[in-house]
Amino acid sequence: MIKPYTNKAWYLVLPVFALVAFSAIIPLMTVVNYSIQDIFDANTRYFVGTEWYREILNDTRLHDSLVRQFIFSGSVLLIEIPLGILVALMMPARGPGSVVCLLVLALPLLVPLNVVGTIWQIFGRADIGLFGWALNSLGINYNYAANPMDAWFTVLLMDVWHWTSLVALLCYSGLRAIPDAYYQAARIDRASNWAVFRFIQLPKLKNVLLIGVLLRFMDSFMIYTEPFVLTGGGPGNSTTFLSQTLTKMAVGQFDIGPAGAFSIIYFLIILLVSWLFYTAMTHNDGK
Amino acid sequence: MSLTLENVTRMVDGQYYINQASLNFEPGSFNVLLGRTLSGKTSLMRLMAGLDKPNTGRVLMNGLDVTGVSVQERNVSMVYQQFINYPNMTVYDNIASPLRLANESETLINKRVMETAEMLHITSYLSRLPLELSGGQQQRTAMARALVKDADIILFDEPLVNLDYKLREELRQEMRDLFAQRNTIAVYATTEPNEALALGGTTTILHEGRIIQSGPTAETYHSPCNVTAAALFNEPPINLITGKMSATEVTFDDKVHFPLNADLKALGEGDYQFGIRPSHLSLLPKNDDDLEISVQVELAEISGSETFLHVRNEHFQLVLHLSGVHSYHVDEKIKIYVPTHKLHVFNGDGQLIQASSRRIEDHYHG
Repeated sequence: MIKPYTNKAWYLVLPVFALVAFSAIIPLMTVVNYSIQDIFDANTRYFVGTEWYREILNDTRLHDSLVRQFIFSGSVLLIEIPLGILVALMMPARGPGSVVCLLVLALPLLVPLNVVGTIWQIFGRADIGLFGWALNSLGINYNYAANPMDAWFTVLLMDVWHWTSLVALLCYSGLRAIPDAYYQAARIDRASNWAVFRFIQLPKLKNVLLIGVLLRFMDSFMIYTEPFVLTGGGPGNSTTFLSQTLTKMAVGQFDIGPAGAFSIIYFLIILLVSWLFYTAMTHNDGK
Repeated sequence: MSLTLENVTRMVDGQYYINQASLNFEPGSFNVLLGRTLSGKTSLMRLMAGLDKPNTGRVLMNGLDVTGVSVQERNVSMVYQQFINYPNMTVYDNIASPLRLANESETLINKRVMETAEMLHITSYLSRLPLELSGGQQQRTAMARALVKDADIILFDEPLVNLDYKLREELRQEMRDLFAQRNTIAVYATTEPNEALALGGTTTILHEGRIIQSGPTAETYHSPCNVTAAALFNEPPINLITGKMSATEVTFDDKVHFPLNADLKALGEGDYQFGIRPSHLSLLPKNDDDLEISVQVELAEISGSETFLHVRNEHFQLVLHLSGVHSYHVDEKIKIYVPTHKLHVFNGDGQLIQASSRRIEDHYHG
């Protein structure tokens, strides 16, 4: 039997299309729209082409926060990924101990971002914060409000405290998925612990690590709340990252055009770097 | 290198995994461990390898006590049911890994890897990663890793279970050849009686952590020492019928009578259990003294070109293993024939009294 050709199936795709349009395409296109016009009021607008893009790309404020942003995300990945793997390797595989570990690890993940900021803001104060007070009484001059290095250290510490658990949990589940026979085979081969890690555990963890690296990169690249709560991006501009610069520009100065261009570039950077990570980590996967 | 287990017992959480096992393996021998899932095959292998320590008993290698010696200090290899290879090493590096860990020279490694790959027909895949290979090729790689290092003992823990039928037959065939000229003890665990028969060598039957019988495969098959061994070493399990023997005849469940033959006459009167292999039952009489039994069909299972016919009368159930595809209706009334000289006779406790007569050996077909 020959079925008559109809377009009815397209109607079934329509709800999804509408949903995606409202959630992603329309907001994004609005920003694109802003980024290529100079808007004075509802009726006065001029098409400016790529002018805002050129302006943004030459803005030194932006260059500075971009560099800071890359250093921050790089540090986050360099600390959290190995630390997460280490924590996962040391966790007990079964028994009541593993449940306790999982619960403790999951706790930081449940704390809202601005609460994390507030916790560490108070915790790190030299006068009433246990952490700041302890450091200072040990003779270490620690003051995140005055010293850029201390502010950086505190923001990094916050992020590590907050998100290493995620990497650890991902790796833990990855490790549990390795059949026992692999370890047995390695023991029979007289492989060292390092060889077991390098040739069995790490390759088997690759997929969860890929997710971990991407999530931590994207998330840390968009960091806003923690430094904002801690010092408002200071001292000076030392902890002002991209999203804070963008927010100042968009809702502080109300420069919608440049902010739109900035948003698009910001988005493309995240996309590009994520793609680079993904490609680098999967390039020799075979088929 | 010979391996001896002396009254080895392994208990975990008060449960016997292995119970008083004593076995001896000769150098160059091929040994099959036959038993159902959880019968202790893997536990026994782990004890042989030194992955686990027995709670009591001793493990001897060449007469030397190695009970406490760890697996790293023994020279063993193992192949598993899952295809265990290093995921990010090429096939070549995988095969070379045991030699590299032993710090062999690169020229020797190359020579050994090429030889082993040749034996297992994976020479053309040496530069691939394991995951780029089919299951059979992955398992060949794992076997090459086990064979490359000239271990004293090579343990195979149901290595062919995850492969398809055709590959299984092919690899099984090659296995015997691979070990023909080696001085290694090969131990092969399986749940399938047919696999044990195909591999030959010696067979040890395990059940609930105990060794029930051990000996040359053919002998073990032909004279199972008790009803459990008989049931385990046949697929489908051997048919058991209880019966009474008088001075002149045997009666199955007060119903079916047949006169004694010379072999049975020697046993004396009493209650016995009679075992008959499903493949020995037939739908047509083959000998003059075959016993005819009227039964009803319960189920005809067709498996490939064979049929397992489940039948019953009021007293007992039987399974027939027939070659060819036969179809029957449920409750269809048929007659089957029992070759009385093929009966195994067990006493009331299930111990073998007399194995089936092998006088018509030509008729035997598996």
